[in-house]
Amino acid sequence: MEVTEILFWFLSVLAIAAAAGVVLSKSPIYSVLCLIVVFFAISGHYVLMNAQFLAIVNIIVYAGAIMVLFLFVVMLMNLNADAEPPKNVYLKFAGVISGMCLMVVIISALAQSYDIKVPITKGSSIGLIKNLGNTLFTTYVIPFEISSVLFLSAIVGAVVIGKKDEQKANL
Amino acid sequence: MILAIDWMVFIEKLVLIIAVVSGSLVIAMYSTYMERKVAAVLQDRRGPNRAGPFGILQPLADGLKLFFKEEIIPNFSSKFLFILGPCLAMLTAMMVGAVIPWGNKVNLFGRDISLQIADVNIGILYVFGVVSMGVYGIMIGGWASNNKFSLFGAMRAASQIISYELAMGLSLIALLMVTGTLSLKDMVGGQMDHWWNIFKQPLGFLIFLICAFAECNRTPFDLAEAENELVGGYHTEYSSMKLGFYLFAEYINMFLSSAVMVSLFFGGYDIPFVNDMHLAQNIGTNWAAILQGLCLFGKIVFFLFLFMWVRWTIPRFRYDQLMNLGWKILIPLALFNMVITGGLILLKQNHWHF
Amino acid sequence: MQALTNKVEVVSREPLTFWERMYLPAILKGMAITFSHMFKKKPTINYPEKKRPFSPVFRGLQILNRDEEGREKCTACGLCAVACPAEAITMEAAERQPGEEHLYKEEKYAAKYEINMLRCIFCGFCEEACPKDAIYLSETFAPSNFQRKGFIYGKDDLLIPDPIKEPEAFAKARGSRAAHPEGHGNEH
Repeated sequence: MEVTEILFWFLSVLAIAAAAGVVLSKSPIYSVLCLIVVFFAISGHYVLMNAQFLAIVNIIVYAGAIMVLFLFVVMLMNLNADAEPPKNVYLKFAGVISGMCLMVVIISALAQSYDIKVPITKGSSIGLIKNLGNTLFTTYVIPFEISSVLFLSAIVGAVVIGKKDEQKANL
Repeated sequence: MILAIDWMVFIEKLVLIIAVVSGSLVIAMYSTYMERKVAAVLQDRRGPNRAGPFGILQPLADGLKLFFKEEIIPNFSSKFLFILGPCLAMLTAMMVGAVIPWGNKVNLFGRDISLQIADVNIGILYVFGVVSMGVYGIMIGGWASNNKFSLFGAMRAASQIISYELAMGLSLIALLMVTGTLSLKDMVGGQMDHWWNIFKQPLGFLIFLICAFAECNRTPFDLAEAENELVGGYHTEYSSMKLGFYLFAEYINMFLSSAVMVSLFFGGYDIPFVNDMHLAQNIGTNWAAILQGLCLFGKIVFFLFLFMWVRWTIPRFRYDQLMNLGWKILIPLALFNMVITGGLILLKQNHWHF
Repeated sequence: MQALTNKVEVVSREPLTFWERMYLPAILKGMAITFSHMFKKKPTINYPEKKRPFSPVFRGLQILNRDEEGREKCTACGLCAVACPAEAITMEAAERQPGEEHLYKEEKYAAKYEINMLRCIFCGFCEEACPKDAIYLSETFAPSNFQRKGFIYGKDDLLIPDPIKEPEAFAKARGSRAAHPEGHGNEH
């Protein structure tokens, strides 16, 4: 076993255990914290693949910004176990079925992708920022620009939603 | 071989890590002393002068006091998170030190040793990642205290840090366009014996400086611990060394953000008005490295002094003013700076022809 | 409203100009002000090492006086205790035995003389009441203490050092009163 392999197994186990923690923990705060651990483990995997940029962006965007907002909301809402309204039996049933469907999809996808093993050569520099930037701005420039338009519309949408209340209050 | 590591590199890095961590701890310790002295001097007082000559042992006395104080954990708090909070704050504060180039290199035992723990390809992004983690220490600690004032402080800190991180990142994009690299080592290398980046990006530096103040929760942006509104802010319920950790983390943050600012805008370990390359050839690499380290340290101390000088001059912002400044002034300014810089770079590439 | 003095400063409520709204110049100005304070003389005195001289009429801790031969002047007449508005002084009189002439100036002396410094208001009435110039208020104040009983000063705390055996300590305890050996006020 090499160091990378040990690290891989360690990170994998950590990711799965933390993911289980997200679902199993009673307190929503602990769920959020477990999710952050998952993100860190995944970032560790990125680093193992020498994709440093992806790793750090994953941390900055997901763990650093989005999860902080999640934590924010969870802390302010003061979610307790007894505050949750009791669920309809039909709803539970629908939930189970849709969950099973998702599981089938994932398992079939995994089963098909079993043969496709992309060998990750050691010291590959595909994930480094220079190569990533070159690829993004040459081969994939159109999807990149489209996604930026998407982001822009999301920003505008957020501003519009945020403005609405203020106008109402003024009227 | 199971663990095929280059042991020399391992030891080298380990020593460097220990040096940086203990160094930043000692400096953080003495910046508490410096803070009190600066405050005193700016207010026509004398400051601590009882423990040792000129009060030089005061930080030790303070630390001893914190260690011996009773450790109180509130009854209704979540104990694990309550302890996790200050640990996270300290951890994230220390982690920034890993990518800062503390000097060029030294030659010991026939080996060239780079005075940077990790020259990662994404240097400055790493700093951002770690800084954005810093919120968790405050948020978790504030929430786990189960005290509404702590929660208020934590919420304020979190929203403030997220808001100012944006402006900080945007102000840096212009700098990255100028330097063309993310690695701090390369950035410092580009400034060696050339113009420092401050002359190329004055507006960017100003925005970065303001955001650094906000990120460190320093006055005028210390709303997270506004005593007159929130008792003690997020660390109201903390006592003993856990409180000490929070306070320490703030000073380490200050020290390391000064180091980042110096590396980004003030040439890092570059000795001003001196050609470092020639110097290194003349007096040897090691002596040059020591001089450069001293130079870097001097610049950092100046920034630490600036932090304190501002703290004892400017009153705290109101919360809406803080948000207005961040979102409505700094971000547009940073965007403007980015566009102008991009335009100028394009013009220069076209040899100043439209 | 009409201004009564010419010191009135009218507050300008005009909207800020662009220069003022920039905020940075004002910050720099403020920082220059604080920076200039670094070079100002500090009025603080390093207290235990350096002490501010008291005014010659300062009323501090009481002192029981001796005459030039080192004999206690107090005769335990009790006038000071009567004069004391805070009732801080208690004393017990005793008669001088033969052979004690070198200790006490008059035939009667105070065997016990106590001042409760927690009650004393340092008004100086005791000094004014004393017909023998035996008590006066010195130029120090009572140091802090951990217990109440530490503030009840007995004769050994109050008596001035012997002028013959310890002339230096005597002069020090006497302070600038030495310049006015007649005392202040009770001679009238």
